[in-house]
Amino acid sequence: MTELAHPPAQKSGAFGKVVLRWVLYILLCLFALYYLMPLFVMVTTSLKSLEEIRTGSLVALPREVTFDAWKTAWSGACTGIQCEGLRPYFWNSVLLAVPAVAISTFIGALNGYVVAQWRFAGANIIFSLMLFGCFIPFQVVLLPMARLLGLMGIAGTIPGLIFVHVIYGIGFTTLFFRNYYVSIPSELTKAAKVDGAGFFRIFWSIFLPLSLPIIVVTVIWQFTQIWNDFLFGVSFSQAGTQPVTVALNNIVNSTTGVKEYNVDMAAAIIAAAPTLLVYIVAGKYFIRGLTAGSVKG
Amino acid sequence: MTKWLETHLPKMVLAPSFIAVLVFVYGFIAWTAWVSLTRSRLLPKYEIDGFIQYDRLFASPRWDTAMNNLFIFGALFIIIAMVMGLLLAILLDQKIRTEGVIRTIYLYPMALSMIVTGTAWKWILNPGLGIEATVKSWGFESFTFDWLVNPDFAIYTVVIAAVWQSSGFVMALFLAGLRSVDDEIIKAAQVDGIPTWRIYSAIIIPSMGPIFMSAFIVLAHLAIKSFDLVIALTGGGPGYATDLPATYMYAMAFSRGDIGQAASSAMIMMLVVFAIVVPYLYSELRAKND
Repeated sequence: MTELAHPPAQKSGAFGKVVLRWVLYILLCLFALYYLMPLFVMVTTSLKSLEEIRTGSLVALPREVTFDAWKTAWSGACTGIQCEGLRPYFWNSVLLAVPAVAISTFIGALNGYVVAQWRFAGANIIFSLMLFGCFIPFQVVLLPMARLLGLMGIAGTIPGLIFVHVIYGIGFTTLFFRNYYVSIPSELTKAAKVDGAGFFRIFWSIFLPLSLPIIVVTVIWQFTQIWNDFLFGVSFSQAGTQPVTVALNNIVNSTTGVKEYNVDMAAAIIAAAPTLLVYIVAGKYFIRGLTAGSVKG
Repeated sequence: MTKWLETHLPKMVLAPSFIAVLVFVYGFIAWTAWVSLTRSRLLPKYEIDGFIQYDRLFASPRWDTAMNNLFIFGALFIIIAMVMGLLLAILLDQKIRTEGVIRTIYLYPMALSMIVTGTAWKWILNPGLGIEATVKSWGFESFTFDWLVNPDFAIYTVVIAAVWQSSGFVMALFLAGLRSVDDEIIKAAQVDGIPTWRIYSAIIIPSMGPIFMSAFIVLAHLAIKSFDLVIALTGGGPGYATDLPATYMYAMAFSRGDIGQAASSAMIMMLVVFAIVVPYLYSELRAKND
Protein backbone atom coordinates (compact mmCIF):
# COMPACT_ATOMS: atom_id res chain seq x y z
CA MET A 1 0.00 0.00 0.00
CA THR A 2 2.67 2.46 1.03
CA GLU A 3 4.91 1.15 -1.74
CA LEU A 4 2.49 2.40 -4.35
CA ALA A 5 2.69 5.87 -2.90
CA HIS A 6 6.47 6.04 -3.34
CA PRO A 7 8.05 7.31 -6.53
CA PRO A 8 10.35 4.78 -8.30
CA ALA A 9 13.60 6.46 -7.26
CA GLN A 10 12.85 5.98 -3.59
CA LYS A 11 11.83 2.41 -4.27
CA SER A 12 15.32 1.44 -5.38
CA GLY A 13 16.64 3.20 -2.27
CA ALA A 14 14.37 1.02 -0.16
CA PHE A 15 15.62 -2.04 -2.02
CA GLY A 16 19.19 -1.02 -1.24
CA LYS A 17 18.26 -0.69 2.39
CA VAL A 18 16.84 -4.20 2.46
CA VAL A 19 20.04 -5.58 0.94
CA LEU A 20 22.12 -3.65 3.43
CA ARG A 21 19.99 -5.00 6.24
CA TRP A 22 20.59 -8.57 5.02
CA VAL A 23 24.33 -8.00 4.80
CA LEU A 24 24.24 -6.63 8.33
CA TYR A 25 22.43 -9.67 9.72
CA ILE A 26 24.67 -12.09 7.83
CA LEU A 27 27.76 -10.35 9.23
CA LEU A 28 26.37 -10.46 12.75
CA CYS A 29 25.57 -14.16 12.37
CA LEU A 30 29.05 -14.93 11.05
CA PHE A 31 30.59 -13.26 14.07
CA ALA A 32 28.22 -15.16 16.34
CA LEU A 33 29.41 -18.39 14.70
CA TYR A 34 33.01 -17.33 15.27
CA TYR A 35 32.41 -16.85 18.98
CA LEU A 36 30.36 -20.01 19.33
CA MET A 37 32.64 -22.28 17.29
CA PRO A 38 35.12 -23.13 20.07
CA LEU A 39 32.30 -23.93 22.49
CA PHE A 40 30.63 -26.09 19.86
CA VAL A 41 33.89 -27.93 19.17
CA MET A 42 34.48 -28.44 22.89
CA VAL A 43 31.03 -29.90 23.48
CA THR A 44 31.03 -32.18 20.44
CA THR A 45 34.59 -33.38 21.08
CA SER A 46 33.72 -34.20 24.68
CA LEU A 47 30.86 -36.42 23.48
CA LYS A 48 32.93 -38.41 20.98
CA SER A 49 35.01 -41.53 21.52
CA LEU A 50 38.77 -41.26 20.97
CA GLU A 51 38.40 -43.51 17.94
CA GLU A 52 35.89 -41.15 16.36
CA ILE A 53 38.07 -38.13 17.14
CA ARG A 54 41.01 -39.69 15.28
CA THR A 55 39.01 -40.66 12.23
CA GLY A 56 36.36 -37.94 12.07
CA SER A 57 36.35 -34.23 11.48
CA LEU A 58 36.78 -31.49 14.09
CA VAL A 59 33.50 -29.82 13.22
CA ALA A 60 31.36 -32.94 12.73
CA LEU A 61 28.65 -33.87 15.18
CA PRO A 62 29.35 -37.06 17.14
CA ARG A 63 28.12 -40.18 15.34
CA GLU A 64 27.70 -41.93 18.65
CA VAL A 65 27.21 -39.83 21.77
CA THR A 66 29.12 -41.13 24.77
CA PHE A 67 29.52 -39.60 28.22
CA ASP A 68 32.57 -41.68 29.09
CA ALA A 69 34.90 -38.69 28.70
CA TRP A 70 32.78 -36.69 31.14
CA LYS A 71 32.93 -39.50 33.68
CA THR A 72 36.71 -39.73 33.31
CA ALA A 73 37.14 -35.95 33.50
CA TRP A 74 35.09 -35.73 36.67
CA SER A 75 36.49 -38.67 38.60
CA GLY A 76 39.27 -40.52 36.78
CA ALA A 77 41.57 -38.26 34.78
CA CYS A 78 45.19 -37.95 35.88
CA THR A 79 46.69 -34.69 37.13
CA GLY A 80 50.25 -35.90 37.32
CA ILE A 81 50.50 -39.02 39.50
CA GLN A 82 47.02 -38.83 41.00
CA CYS A 83 44.07 -39.99 38.95
CA GLU A 84 40.98 -38.70 40.71
CA GLY A 85 39.65 -36.44 37.98
CA LEU A 86 38.59 -32.85 38.51
CA ARG A 87 36.15 -33.54 41.34
CA PRO A 88 38.39 -32.87 44.38
CA TYR A 89 39.80 -29.73 42.74
CA PHE A 90 36.37 -28.49 41.78
CA TRP A 91 35.42 -28.63 45.47
CA ASN A 92 38.70 -26.94 46.38
CA SER A 93 37.66 -24.05 44.16
CA VAL A 94 34.23 -23.93 45.79
CA LEU A 95 35.74 -24.00 49.29
CA LEU A 96 38.12 -21.26 48.23
CA ALA A 97 35.79 -19.02 46.27
CA VAL A 98 32.80 -18.91 48.63
CA PRO A 99 34.58 -17.52 51.72
CA ALA A 100 36.93 -15.35 49.68
CA VAL A 101 34.03 -13.75 47.80
CA ALA A 102 31.95 -13.27 50.96
CA ILE A 103 34.77 -11.75 53.01
CA SER A 104 36.11 -9.44 50.30
CA THR A 105 32.61 -8.23 49.41
CA PHE A 106 31.78 -7.50 53.04
CA ILE A 107 35.02 -5.61 53.65
CA GLY A 108 34.53 -3.71 50.38
CA ALA A 109 31.02 -2.67 51.45
CA LEU A 110 32.25 -1.29 54.77
CA ASN A 111 35.24 0.44 53.16
CA GLY A 112 33.12 1.93 50.40
CA TYR A 113 30.64 3.17 53.00
CA VAL A 114 33.40 4.92 54.93
CA VAL A 115 35.08 6.44 51.88
CA ALA A 116 31.84 7.67 50.34
CA GLN A 117 29.87 8.79 53.38
CA TRP A 118 32.22 9.38 56.33
CA ARG A 119 34.89 11.45 54.72
CA PHE A 120 37.77 12.34 56.95
CA ALA A 121 41.08 13.97 56.19
CA GLY A 122 43.17 11.48 54.23
CA ALA A 123 40.27 9.20 53.27
CA ASN A 124 40.68 10.05 49.61
CA ILE A 125 44.41 9.40 49.70
CA ILE A 126 43.79 6.02 51.30
CA PHE A 127 41.24 5.24 48.61
CA SER A 128 43.63 6.28 45.83
CA LEU A 129 46.35 4.11 47.32
CA MET A 130 43.97 1.15 47.42
CA LEU A 131 42.82 1.82 43.87
CA PHE A 132 46.38 1.95 42.63
CA GLY A 133 46.91 -1.49 44.12
CA CYS A 134 44.40 -2.86 41.59
CA PHE A 135 46.71 -2.01 38.74
CA ILE A 136 49.90 -3.72 39.82
CA PRO A 137 50.92 -6.89 38.00
CA PHE A 138 50.69 -9.53 40.70
CA GLN A 139 54.09 -10.91 39.73
CA VAL A 140 55.56 -8.14 41.82
CA VAL A 141 54.03 -9.54 45.03
CA LEU A 142 54.37 -13.28 44.34
CA LEU A 143 57.77 -13.79 45.94
CA PRO A 144 57.21 -11.97 49.23
CA MET A 145 53.71 -13.46 49.50
CA ALA A 146 55.10 -16.98 49.09
CA ARG A 147 57.52 -16.29 51.94
CA LEU A 148 54.88 -14.70 54.14
CA LEU A 149 52.46 -17.61 53.68
CA GLY A 150 55.33 -19.91 54.65
CA LEU A 151 56.06 -17.86 57.78
CA MET A 152 52.38 -17.86 58.72
CA GLY A 153 52.25 -21.64 58.26
CA ILE A 154 49.48 -21.49 55.66
CA ALA A 155 51.59 -22.05 52.53
CA GLY A 156 49.93 -24.47 50.15
CA THR A 157 46.62 -24.43 52.03
CA ILE A 158 43.17 -23.26 51.03
CA PRO A 159 43.00 -20.71 53.89
CA GLY A 160 46.27 -19.31 52.51
CA LEU A 161 44.69 -18.86 49.08
CA ILE A 162 41.57 -17.32 50.60
CA PHE A 163 43.81 -14.84 52.40
CA VAL A 164 45.59 -13.88 49.17
CA HIS A 165 42.35 -13.44 47.23
CA VAL A 166 40.79 -11.31 49.96
CA ILE A 167 43.86 -9.06 50.22
CA TYR A 168 44.08 -8.38 46.49
CA GLY A 169 40.32 -8.28 46.03
CA ILE A 170 39.44 -5.48 48.44
CA GLY A 171 40.75 -2.78 46.12
CA PHE A 172 38.10 -3.62 43.57
CA THR A 173 35.28 -4.34 46.00
CA THR A 174 35.93 -1.04 47.78
CA LEU A 175 35.85 0.75 44.42
CA PHE A 176 32.52 -0.83 43.47
CA PHE A 177 30.80 0.05 46.74
CA ARG A 178 32.38 3.50 46.96
CA ASN A 179 31.11 4.45 43.50
CA TYR A 180 27.66 3.16 44.39
CA TYR A 181 27.43 4.87 47.79
CA VAL A 182 28.77 8.16 46.47
CA SER A 183 25.52 8.61 44.56
CA ILE A 184 23.44 8.28 47.75
CA PRO A 185 22.85 11.79 49.12
CA SER A 186 24.86 12.47 52.25
CA GLU A 187 21.82 14.19 53.77
CA LEU A 188 20.52 10.69 54.47
CA THR A 189 23.48 9.92 56.73
CA LYS A 190 23.26 13.35 58.33
CA ALA A 191 19.56 12.99 59.11
CA ALA A 192 20.11 9.54 60.58
CA LYS A 193 22.94 10.92 62.73
CA VAL A 194 20.66 13.66 64.04
CA ASP A 195 18.17 10.96 64.95
CA GLY A 196 20.89 9.34 67.03
CA ALA A 197 21.79 6.43 64.78
CA GLY A 198 25.41 5.36 64.96
CA PHE A 199 27.91 4.33 62.31
CA PHE A 200 26.98 0.67 62.14
CA ARG A 201 23.27 1.26 62.66
CA ILE A 202 23.18 3.51 59.59
CA PHE A 203 25.13 0.94 57.61
CA TRP A 204 22.91 -2.00 58.57
CA SER A 205 19.51 -0.35 58.37
CA ILE A 206 19.95 2.23 55.63
CA PHE A 207 22.83 1.38 53.32
CA LEU A 208 22.81 -2.41 53.22
CA PRO A 209 19.13 -2.64 52.29
CA LEU A 210 19.81 -0.27 49.37
CA SER A 211 22.83 -2.24 48.21
CA LEU A 212 21.39 -5.34 46.56
CA PRO A 213 22.36 -4.42 42.96
CA ILE A 214 25.94 -3.54 43.83
CA ILE A 215 26.28 -6.61 46.04
CA VAL A 216 25.22 -8.76 43.08
CA VAL A 217 27.69 -6.97 40.77
CA THR A 218 30.53 -7.33 43.28
CA VAL A 219 29.82 -10.96 44.14
CA ILE A 220 29.71 -11.89 40.45
CA TRP A 221 32.89 -9.97 39.70
CA GLN A 222 34.79 -11.49 42.62
CA PHE A 223 33.47 -14.98 41.97
CA THR A 224 34.51 -14.84 38.30
CA GLN A 225 37.95 -13.48 39.20
CA ILE A 226 38.63 -16.01 41.94
CA TRP A 227 37.17 -19.03 40.18
CA ASN A 228 39.11 -18.26 37.00
CA ASP A 229 42.34 -17.34 38.77
CA PHE A 230 45.37 -19.36 37.80
CA LEU A 231 48.42 -17.32 38.85
CA PHE A 232 47.75 -17.37 42.62
CA GLY A 233 46.41 -20.90 42.42
CA VAL A 234 49.49 -22.31 40.74
CA SER A 235 51.90 -20.27 42.86
CA PHE A 236 50.42 -20.85 46.32
CA SER A 237 48.90 -24.33 46.25
CA GLN A 238 50.33 -27.81 46.46
CA ALA A 239 49.20 -31.28 45.41
CA GLY A 240 45.76 -31.73 46.92
CA THR A 241 44.84 -28.08 47.46
CA GLN A 242 44.97 -26.94 43.85
CA PRO A 243 42.00 -25.05 42.44
CA VAL A 244 40.16 -26.35 39.40
CA THR A 245 42.00 -24.20 36.82
CA VAL A 246 45.36 -25.59 37.93
CA ALA A 247 44.03 -29.15 37.89
CA LEU A 248 42.58 -28.62 34.40
CA ASN A 249 45.93 -27.42 33.13
CA ASN A 250 47.62 -30.44 34.72
CA ILE A 251 45.15 -32.85 33.13
CA VAL A 252 45.62 -31.31 29.70
CA ASN A 253 49.40 -31.29 29.97
CA SER A 254 49.75 -34.60 31.76
CA THR A 255 52.23 -36.62 29.76
CA THR A 256 51.30 -40.06 31.07
CA GLY A 257 49.29 -42.32 28.79
CA VAL A 258 47.40 -41.57 25.60
CA LYS A 259 46.29 -38.02 24.84
CA GLU A 260 42.55 -38.01 25.52
CA TYR A 261 41.21 -34.92 23.82
CA ASN A 262 37.62 -35.74 24.68
CA VAL A 263 38.51 -35.87 28.38
CA ASP A 264 40.40 -32.56 28.09
CA MET A 265 37.37 -30.89 26.55
CA ALA A 266 34.94 -32.33 29.11
CA ALA A 267 37.25 -31.16 31.89
CA ALA A 268 37.47 -27.70 30.36
CA ILE A 269 33.68 -27.43 30.21
CA ILE A 270 33.36 -28.60 33.82
CA ALA A 271 35.90 -26.00 34.93
CA ALA A 272 34.09 -23.30 32.95
CA ALA A 273 30.56 -24.30 33.96
CA PRO A 274 30.12 -22.26 37.18
CA THR A 275 31.20 -18.92 35.73
CA LEU A 276 29.38 -19.61 32.48
CA LEU A 277 26.22 -20.37 34.43
CA VAL A 278 26.56 -17.14 36.41
CA TYR A 279 27.01 -15.26 33.14
CA ILE A 280 23.91 -16.79 31.57
CA VAL A 281 21.76 -16.21 34.66
CA ALA A 282 23.02 -12.75 35.57
CA GLY A 283 24.78 -11.43 32.47
CA LYS A 284 23.53 -7.91 33.01
CA TYR A 285 25.31 -7.64 36.36
CA PHE A 286 28.40 -9.34 34.98
CA ILE A 287 28.72 -6.74 32.23
CA ARG A 288 28.09 -3.93 34.69
CA GLY A 289 30.97 -5.20 36.82
CA LEU A 290 33.24 -5.49 33.80
CA THR A 291 32.62 -1.95 32.66
CA ALA A 292 32.77 -0.56 36.19
CA GLY A 293 36.02 -2.44 36.74
CA SER A 294 37.55 -1.09 33.57
CA VAL A 295 36.40 2.50 33.69
CA LYS A 296 37.83 3.04 37.12
CA GLY A 297 37.61 6.14 39.24
CA MET B 1 34.55 7.59 75.52
CA THR B 2 31.62 6.51 73.32
CA LYS B 3 31.76 9.92 71.67
CA TRP B 4 35.43 9.40 70.89
CA LEU B 5 34.67 5.94 69.56
CA GLU B 6 31.86 7.23 67.41
CA THR B 7 34.00 9.89 65.73
CA HIS B 8 36.92 7.54 65.15
CA LEU B 9 34.93 4.49 64.14
CA PRO B 10 35.09 5.20 60.38
CA LYS B 11 38.88 5.43 60.56
CA MET B 12 39.10 2.27 62.60
CA VAL B 13 36.95 0.41 60.07
CA LEU B 14 39.15 1.52 57.19
CA ALA B 15 42.41 1.03 59.06
CA PRO B 16 42.86 -2.75 58.62
CA SER B 17 42.39 -2.52 54.84
CA PHE B 18 44.70 0.46 54.68
CA ILE B 19 47.40 -1.38 56.61
CA ALA B 20 46.87 -4.47 54.48
CA VAL B 21 47.33 -2.43 51.28
CA LEU B 22 50.39 -0.69 52.71
CA VAL B 23 52.03 -3.97 53.66
CA PHE B 24 50.84 -6.36 50.94
CA VAL B 25 51.00 -3.98 48.00
CA TYR B 26 53.51 -1.25 48.74
CA GLY B 27 55.63 -3.14 51.26
CA PHE B 28 55.79 -6.15 48.98
CA ILE B 29 56.74 -4.02 46.00
CA ALA B 30 59.54 -2.55 48.10
CA TRP B 31 60.65 -6.06 49.10
CA THR B 32 60.72 -7.19 45.47
CA ALA B 33 62.57 -4.02 44.45
CA TRP B 34 65.14 -4.61 47.20
CA VAL B 35 65.68 -8.27 46.34
CA SER B 36 66.05 -7.35 42.66
CA LEU B 37 69.20 -5.47 43.66
CA THR B 38 70.82 -8.45 45.39
CA ARG B 39 72.53 -11.67 44.36
CA SER B 40 69.60 -13.82 45.52
CA ARG B 41 69.34 -17.25 43.96
CA LEU B 42 67.36 -20.04 45.59
CA LEU B 43 66.92 -18.06 48.80
CA PRO B 44 66.64 -14.31 49.14
CA LYS B 45 69.71 -12.44 50.28
CA TYR B 46 69.50 -8.90 51.52
CA GLU B 47 72.92 -7.38 50.75
CA ILE B 48 72.45 -4.82 47.99
CA ASP B 49 74.79 -5.43 45.09
CA GLY B 50 73.76 -2.95 42.41
CA PHE B 51 72.02 -3.69 39.18
CA ILE B 52 73.58 -7.07 38.50
CA GLN B 53 70.20 -8.81 38.16
CA TYR B 54 69.07 -6.26 35.59
CA ASP B 55 72.32 -6.71 33.67
CA ARG B 56 71.73 -10.45 33.63
CA LEU B 57 68.11 -9.90 32.62
CA PHE B 58 68.91 -7.66 29.68
CA ALA B 59 71.69 -10.00 28.57
CA SER B 60 69.37 -13.00 28.62
CA PRO B 61 68.16 -14.10 25.17
CA ARG B 62 65.11 -15.67 26.80
CA TRP B 63 64.08 -12.33 28.35
CA ASP B 64 64.76 -10.68 25.02
CA THR B 65 62.33 -13.11 23.37
CA ALA B 66 59.79 -12.50 26.13
CA MET B 67 59.90 -8.71 25.67
CA ASN B 68 59.74 -9.02 21.88
CA ASN B 69 56.77 -11.33 22.23
CA LEU B 70 55.07 -8.93 24.58
CA PHE B 71 55.50 -6.18 22.02
CA ILE B 72 54.23 -8.26 19.08
CA PHE B 73 51.43 -9.87 21.06
CA GLY B 74 50.43 -6.65 22.81
CA ALA B 75 50.34 -4.54 19.65
CA LEU B 76 48.41 -7.08 17.57
CA PHE B 77 46.06 -8.00 20.39
CA ILE B 78 45.20 -4.39 21.20
CA ILE B 79 44.78 -3.28 17.59
CA ILE B 80 42.74 -6.28 16.42
CA ALA B 81 40.54 -6.36 19.52
CA MET B 82 39.84 -2.62 19.23
CA VAL B 83 39.05 -2.73 15.50
CA MET B 84 36.84 -5.78 15.93
CA GLY B 85 35.18 -4.35 19.02
CA LEU B 86 34.41 -1.08 17.25
CA LEU B 87 33.12 -2.82 14.13
CA LEU B 88 30.86 -5.11 16.14
CA ALA B 89 29.59 -2.21 18.23
CA ILE B 90 28.68 -0.22 15.10
CA LEU B 91 26.99 -3.25 13.53
CA LEU B 92 25.01 -3.86 16.70
CA ASP B 93 24.08 -0.20 16.97
CA GLN B 94 21.78 -0.41 13.90
CA LYS B 95 18.61 -1.15 15.89
CA ILE B 96 19.04 -4.91 15.72
CA ARG B 97 15.99 -6.75 17.02
CA THR B 98 17.95 -9.63 18.56
CA GLU B 99 20.63 -7.40 20.04
CA GLY B 100 20.39 -8.92 23.53
CA VAL B 101 20.99 -12.46 22.31
CA ILE B 102 23.82 -11.46 19.99
CA ARG B 103 25.52 -9.41 22.69
CA THR B 104 25.32 -12.36 25.06
CA ILE B 105 26.98 -14.60 22.47
CA TYR B 106 29.76 -12.09 21.72
CA LEU B 107 30.58 -11.59 25.37
CA TYR B 108 30.46 -15.05 26.91
CA PRO B 109 34.19 -15.83 26.37
CA MET B 110 34.92 -13.10 28.90
CA ALA B 111 33.34 -15.28 31.59
CA LEU B 112 35.73 -18.14 30.87
CA SER B 113 39.03 -18.80 32.52
CA MET B 114 42.04 -18.18 30.27
CA ILE B 115 43.00 -21.77 31.01
CA VAL B 116 39.72 -22.96 29.47
CA THR B 117 40.22 -20.68 26.46
CA GLY B 118 43.78 -21.92 26.03
CA THR B 119 42.71 -25.55 26.29
CA ALA B 120 39.98 -25.10 23.67
CA TRP B 121 42.21 -23.29 21.17
CA LYS B 122 45.08 -25.69 21.75
CA TRP B 123 42.76 -28.45 20.55
CA ILE B 124 41.34 -26.46 17.63
CA LEU B 125 44.75 -25.32 16.41
CA ASN B 126 46.64 -28.57 16.84
CA PRO B 127 47.82 -29.56 13.35
CA GLY B 128 47.26 -33.30 13.74
CA LEU B 129 43.51 -33.30 14.35
CA GLY B 130 42.38 -29.67 14.40
CA ILE B 131 41.66 -27.10 11.70
CA GLU B 132 44.55 -28.23 9.52
CA ALA B 133 43.37 -31.84 9.44
CA THR B 134 39.77 -30.76 8.88
CA VAL B 135 40.59 -28.56 5.88
CA LYS B 136 42.80 -31.35 4.50
CA SER B 137 39.91 -33.78 4.82
CA TRP B 138 37.85 -31.42 2.66
CA GLY B 139 40.28 -32.15 -0.18
CA PHE B 140 42.83 -29.35 0.24
CA GLU B 141 45.72 -31.76 0.71
CA SER B 142 48.45 -29.14 0.71
CA PHE B 143 46.83 -26.94 3.36
CA THR B 144 49.07 -26.35 6.34
CA PHE B 145 48.27 -24.44 9.50
CA ASP B 146 50.88 -25.42 12.04
CA TRP B 147 51.35 -22.11 13.87
CA LEU B 148 50.88 -23.74 17.24
CA VAL B 149 54.03 -25.85 16.86
CA ASN B 150 55.98 -23.45 14.65
CA PRO B 151 58.37 -21.34 16.76
CA ASP B 152 58.14 -18.42 14.31
CA PHE B 153 54.35 -18.25 14.37
CA ALA B 154 53.30 -19.70 17.74
CA ILE B 155 52.96 -16.24 19.31
CA TYR B 156 50.22 -15.42 16.78
CA THR B 157 48.11 -18.29 18.08
CA VAL B 158 48.17 -16.54 21.45
CA VAL B 159 46.86 -13.43 19.67
CA ILE B 160 44.06 -15.47 18.05
CA ALA B 161 42.89 -16.91 21.35
CA ALA B 162 43.25 -13.65 23.27
CA VAL B 163 41.28 -11.69 20.66
CA TRP B 164 38.55 -14.32 20.74
CA GLN B 165 38.32 -13.96 24.49
CA SER B 166 38.37 -10.17 24.83
CA SER B 167 36.97 -8.58 21.67
CA GLY B 168 33.35 -9.00 22.81
CA PHE B 169 34.18 -7.04 25.90
CA VAL B 170 35.67 -4.21 23.84
CA MET B 171 32.45 -4.31 21.81
CA ALA B 172 30.43 -3.80 25.00
CA LEU B 173 32.61 -0.85 26.01
CA PHE B 174 32.27 0.79 22.59
CA LEU B 175 28.55 0.09 22.38
CA ALA B 176 28.04 1.92 25.65
CA GLY B 177 30.15 4.75 24.21
CA LEU B 178 28.16 4.95 20.98
CA ARG B 179 24.94 5.12 22.94
CA SER B 180 26.19 7.96 25.11
CA VAL B 181 26.67 10.33 22.16
CA ASP B 182 24.10 13.12 22.14
CA ASP B 183 21.06 12.02 20.12
CA GLU B 184 20.22 15.56 19.02
CA ILE B 185 23.47 15.98 17.10
CA ILE B 186 22.96 12.68 15.29
CA LYS B 187 19.37 13.55 14.40
CA ALA B 188 20.42 16.95 13.13
CA ALA B 189 23.06 15.33 10.92
CA GLN B 190 20.51 12.83 9.59
CA VAL B 191 18.11 15.65 8.76
CA ASP B 192 20.93 17.35 6.85
CA GLY B 193 21.23 14.16 4.76
CA ILE B 194 24.71 13.24 5.90
CA PRO B 195 25.34 9.54 5.12
CA THR B 196 25.54 7.16 8.04
CA TRP B 197 29.20 6.28 7.58
CA ARG B 198 30.07 9.98 7.70
CA ILE B 199 28.05 10.42 10.86
CA TYR B 200 30.11 7.66 12.46
CA SER B 201 33.51 8.71 11.16
CA ALA B 202 33.11 12.46 11.63
CA ILE B 203 30.79 12.85 14.59
CA ILE B 204 30.36 9.78 16.78
CA ILE B 205 33.81 8.16 16.80
CA PRO B 206 35.79 11.38 17.38
CA SER B 207 33.66 12.07 20.46
CA MET B 208 34.53 8.70 21.96
CA GLY B 209 38.13 9.50 22.85
CA PRO B 210 37.83 8.59 26.52
CA ILE B 211 36.30 5.19 25.64
CA PHE B 212 39.19 4.44 23.29
CA MET B 213 41.53 5.40 26.07
CA SER B 214 39.97 3.11 28.65
CA ALA B 215 39.69 0.23 26.17
CA PHE B 216 43.37 0.68 25.40
CA ILE B 217 44.30 0.71 29.08
CA VAL B 218 42.28 -2.41 29.84
CA LEU B 219 43.71 -4.31 26.86
CA ALA B 220 47.30 -3.22 27.53
CA HIS B 221 46.88 -4.26 31.13
CA LEU B 222 45.53 -7.65 30.04
CA ALA B 223 48.41 -8.09 27.59
CA ILE B 224 51.13 -7.37 30.12
CA LYS B 225 49.57 -9.64 32.71
CA SER B 226 48.95 -12.46 30.19
CA PHE B 227 50.15 -15.62 31.81
CA ASP B 228 47.51 -18.32 32.04
CA LEU B 229 46.63 -18.17 28.35
CA VAL B 230 50.21 -18.83 27.28
CA ILE B 231 50.65 -21.56 29.88
CA ALA B 232 47.51 -23.37 28.69
CA LEU B 233 47.94 -22.78 24.96
CA THR B 234 51.65 -23.26 24.29
CA GLY B 235 53.29 -23.68 27.69
CA GLY B 236 55.66 -20.93 26.52
CA GLY B 237 56.89 -23.19 23.72
CA PRO B 238 57.98 -24.48 21.33
CA GLY B 239 61.21 -24.07 23.31
CA TYR B 240 60.59 -20.65 24.78
CA ALA B 241 59.27 -19.13 21.58
CA THR B 242 56.08 -17.82 23.22
CA ASP B 243 57.50 -16.77 26.55
CA LEU B 244 56.11 -13.52 27.91
CA PRO B 245 57.54 -11.53 30.83
CA ALA B 246 54.92 -13.10 33.12
CA THR B 247 55.91 -16.65 32.21
CA TYR B 248 59.60 -15.76 32.44
CA MET B 249 59.06 -14.39 35.93
CA TYR B 250 57.14 -17.49 36.97
CA ALA B 251 59.76 -19.87 35.58
CA MET B 252 62.54 -18.02 37.40
CA ALA B 253 60.62 -17.87 40.67
CA PHE B 254 59.18 -21.34 40.89
CA SER B 255 61.07 -23.73 38.62
CA ARG B 256 64.55 -22.26 38.13
CA GLY B 257 65.00 -21.11 41.71
CA ASP B 258 66.43 -17.79 40.61
CA ILE B 259 64.73 -15.29 42.88
CA GLY B 260 66.95 -12.39 41.79
CA GLN B 261 65.90 -12.80 38.17
CA ALA B 262 62.27 -13.28 39.15
CA ALA B 263 62.31 -10.08 41.19
CA SER B 264 64.01 -7.97 38.54
CA SER B 265 61.70 -9.20 35.76
CA ALA B 266 58.67 -8.50 37.98
CA MET B 267 59.96 -4.96 38.55
CA ILE B 268 60.29 -4.39 34.80
CA MET B 269 56.74 -5.65 34.30
CA MET B 270 55.52 -3.20 36.90
CA LEU B 271 57.40 -0.34 35.28
CA VAL B 272 55.79 -1.15 31.92
CA VAL B 273 52.33 -1.17 33.53
CA PHE B 274 53.04 2.10 35.29
CA ALA B 275 54.33 3.72 32.13
CA ILE B 276 50.90 3.07 30.62
CA VAL B 277 48.60 3.50 33.60
CA VAL B 278 50.11 6.45 35.46
CA PRO B 279 49.65 9.06 32.70
CA TYR B 280 46.09 7.82 32.31
CA LEU B 281 45.26 8.02 36.01
CA TYR B 282 46.96 11.40 36.21
CA SER B 283 44.89 12.86 33.38
CA GLU B 284 41.73 11.30 34.82
CA LEU B 285 42.36 12.88 38.21
CA ARG B 286 43.15 16.24 36.66
CA ALA B 287 39.99 16.12 34.57
CA LYS B 288 38.00 15.40 37.72
CA ASN B 289 39.54 18.24 39.69
CA ASP B 290 39.05 20.82 37.00
